[in-house]
Amino acid sequence: MKLHSRHLLGIETLKAEEITLILDTAESLAQISQREIKKVPTLRGRTVVNFFVEPSTRTRSSFEIAEKRLSADSLNFSPGSSSLVKGETLADTARNLEAMAPDFIVIRHSEPGAPHMLARICRSSIINAGDGAHEHPTQALLDAYTLRQRKGRLRGLRVAIVGDILHSRVVRSNIFLLNTMGAEVVLAGPPTLMPRGIESLGATVARSIDEAVEGVDAIMMLRVQQERMARGYFPSVREYFRLYGLTPARAALAKSDAIIMHPGPINRGVEIASEVADGPLSVILEQVTNGVAVRMAVLYLLAGEEEPQDPAVTPGLERAQA
Amino acid sequence: MSPGVSGLLLRGGRVVDPSQGLDGPADLLLRDGIVQRIGPGLEAGEARVMDVGGKVVVPGLTDMHVHLREPGQEWKETIATGTAAAAAGGFTGVACMPNTIPVNDERAVTEFIVAQARATGIVRVYPIGAVSKGLKGLELAEMGDLVAGGAVAVSDDGQPVVSARMMRLALEYSRIFGIPVIDHCEDPDLSDGGVVNEGEVSTRLGLKGWNRAAEDTMVARDICLAAETGGRVHIAHVSTEGAVALVRAARGQGIRVTCEVTPHHLALTDEACLGFDTATKMNPPLRTERDRMALIQGLADGTVDAIASDHAPHHADEKGVEFSRAPFGVIGLETALPIVLDRLVRKGIIGLPRLVELMSVNPAKILGLPGGTLKPGSPADVTILDLERPVTIDPGRFRSLSRNTPFAGWNLTGSAVATIVGGTVVHSIL
Amino acid sequence: MKQDGGVRIMDAEKISRALTRIAHEILEKNRTLDELALVGIRTRGVPIARRLAEAIRQIEGAEPPVGALDINLYRDDLSLTGRERPVLRRTEIPFAIEKKRIVLVDDVLFTGRTVRAALEGLGDLGRPRLIQLAVLVDRGHRELPIRADYVGKNVPTSLRESIEVRFGETDGEDAVFIRAAEPDPGETPVPGESR
Repeated sequence: MKLHSRHLLGIETLKAEEITLILDTAESLAQISQREIKKVPTLRGRTVVNFFVEPSTRTRSSFEIAEKRLSADSLNFSPGSSSLVKGETLADTARNLEAMAPDFIVIRHSEPGAPHMLARICRSSIINAGDGAHEHPTQALLDAYTLRQRKGRLRGLRVAIVGDILHSRVVRSNIFLLNTMGAEVVLAGPPTLMPRGIESLGATVARSIDEAVEGVDAIMMLRVQQERMARGYFPSVREYFRLYGLTPARAALAKSDAIIMHPGPINRGVEIASEVADGPLSVILEQVTNGVAVRMAVLYLLAGEEEPQDPAVTPGLERAQA
Repeated sequence: MSPGVSGLLLRGGRVVDPSQGLDGPADLLLRDGIVQRIGPGLEAGEARVMDVGGKVVVPGLTDMHVHLREPGQEWKETIATGTAAAAAGGFTGVACMPNTIPVNDERAVTEFIVAQARATGIVRVYPIGAVSKGLKGLELAEMGDLVAGGAVAVSDDGQPVVSARMMRLALEYSRIFGIPVIDHCEDPDLSDGGVVNEGEVSTRLGLKGWNRAAEDTMVARDICLAAETGGRVHIAHVSTEGAVALVRAARGQGIRVTCEVTPHHLALTDEACLGFDTATKMNPPLRTERDRMALIQGLADGTVDAIASDHAPHHADEKGVEFSRAPFGVIGLETALPIVLDRLVRKGIIGLPRLVELMSVNPAKILGLPGGTLKPGSPADVTILDLERPVTIDPGRFRSLSRNTPFAGWNLTGSAVATIVGGTVVHSIL
Repeated sequence: MKQDGGVRIMDAEKISRALTRIAHEILEKNRTLDELALVGIRTRGVPIARRLAEAIRQIEGAEPPVGALDINLYRDDLSLTGRERPVLRRTEIPFAIEKKRIVLVDDVLFTGRTVRAALEGLGDLGRPRLIQLAVLVDRGHRELPIRADYVGKNVPTSLRESIEVRFGETDGEDAVFIRAAEPDPGETPVPGESR
């Protein structure tokens, strides 16, 4: 059993059996983090470059730990201090990185499509750690892992995702994954932050958060950024919380054993009430732990000998020509 | 390249000239830079004979929306290379937009372009001057001076004329010269930095959407202003169902508005953007299938007046960056005819006479140019088409300096096989 | 007896007798059950380890604890398999390794690489007092300096042959087969097969 592509650019093109393989592998690898010696030699001698053009301490740390637990060498490359700021293009930076022959490049970038660009240029395996508002595959995978751990399955689950859907890569990846695995997604958020045609990705849009969370197996709250208020998507934090915040009363509308999820970092009192974030059904911290195992699984499964370039990009133009 | 003196006889072709109600076999005799005679079985005399049996002979095509990039951005294109691309694409004339460096907002720049075209260009070049100084939208440019220097219209393309008041003034002032004001309709407040059409595709890709309302509201505005001022507005590169409907309604009321559409908007939808290829990024963006169908309908029913390529060359380095950061624009001079012939004419959506209207007659009429006809006495600008010729789009062989086309590798049928300007063959693969 | 082109070299009875003998040998060599533990190498080392524990119980009245070790993360041939991966299973060792006398158990001893990986894997879990090795079949062709303390049957083979072990627990019957025309040495091994 293996993954079809040597890159992980998104969930959209993953098949159900590949997702299952990643989750099953993560389960076995999770043991390592519970032992005293939290290391196996599996990726010894491999090099991973953590290319975080868009900064992120938590995701990067998670990848770093995963890499180290597999005995890989990891190198952090955050262009705040580097040549991208001096005007070097992404493509040239990528070529420079590749000249050091890393086995993997884990890239986080504020622009959708950046990992796809690297996949076209580089021979390394590319792992998308978040490209703008497009996808965040390892987040969706760790979310699915958490769901599966808690609920025993993914098929048939109903998951509500609430918040700034427009700007969220987490929600897109989750919609793709949950659909592929036979789960249902219902969304809620201010209409100003609900993107056009999101239903076509495989979700229903509820009219309110109350309607969305009713009877669901899991509630996933998305972070709302202050910048969105500054740009007028909603008038105030107070109003946002009142209309869309996850209060204990709203959380109670879900199934009694529904879990509360959040990709982090949480904004207490903005999208989620502290009591809910810290409550017994919250799995927010578990998600973080699971993130390491899932990222270890991805690295483990993508490692392999070099193959001829696989078509990592959806041929939108080829379809048009037909 | 034969001199005008002894002449050129185009023998055995099918001549399509709606201005004369012609569509049938005829020979065409060109001499001294004009059309001398047209009819069956002409004698060659001293003229050189070009056998165009099996081909279609039409009045020279004019691309009324082209970016030649000279002066100032010659790494993307020059007047020499741009006109060579035009000739290869079957165009005998191009109208070039003013967003050069410096902007064509004063006579000296207009005259430079005219002189450069005379020296290095191989097809006719008609400069379009700026509406506002520096394209900043704050002060009217010296329209009279621009016209005197050779400008045939004014536009702020690349940009919209953002201020409604400025658009009103430009339309009123343009009445002195009888030239159209060409507007790139985009309300930047609504388009808000969007890079693809706002819809399912932009949502799937996580890219900022460029909402159709930004185009439609400005089209509506310009139509109102045209009606109020009595000026002539020409809507550049319409892309939405809404814009087409607005123009149709305005025409029904006798308002002086014309519009053009690009071949890429006729052939592609925003689905082509899946995959983040920057060769599919242009402004206005590719829209949905519904919009595409509405554009085609508009072509067929006369709402859309012209097909213009909006040829926008960019260097590979400039396009080879992240999608959101890449400049907008695709080239089109060398792909326009194959796309239009293959996807519209061969499919029976429009006939050849309508094609000639869209690409020769109407551009000339809108810009007040001679041409668009093969009546004896008119300029000897002729395009020869081969409707059966298979073409594989190969950017590596383009005459243009740039390669940014979404049609690379496409297999199409139909293209220009010869282009004649003022009686001189400037391009021929016959 | 041939089956699917293979020759059965051990049947259920022979296997049972071999395991009983090994159980005796383990007790003889270690002299005591104190601190003794069996660790089966996944997958087929595990049922053997369990049967050995049961056999020891038949003799001594008590059985040593049994654990299962998955060595796939310690393999040295990751890059040779493209991205094809053996299914990772859990390592389940429900006792502390420190100071134990561990008997590693596997079905076939071949190149020795599996055992090397097992030694490393075990080492990451703790520091046993000593490690011994019990295998059902030793087919020769060692590539590392590794030897078994307890062997069910020595089966000299050529590299073109393969040994297949089946157990009732996993395959429906107890038997050991030898088959001709194995893939050439150096070709990628089927994930999970001991080498």
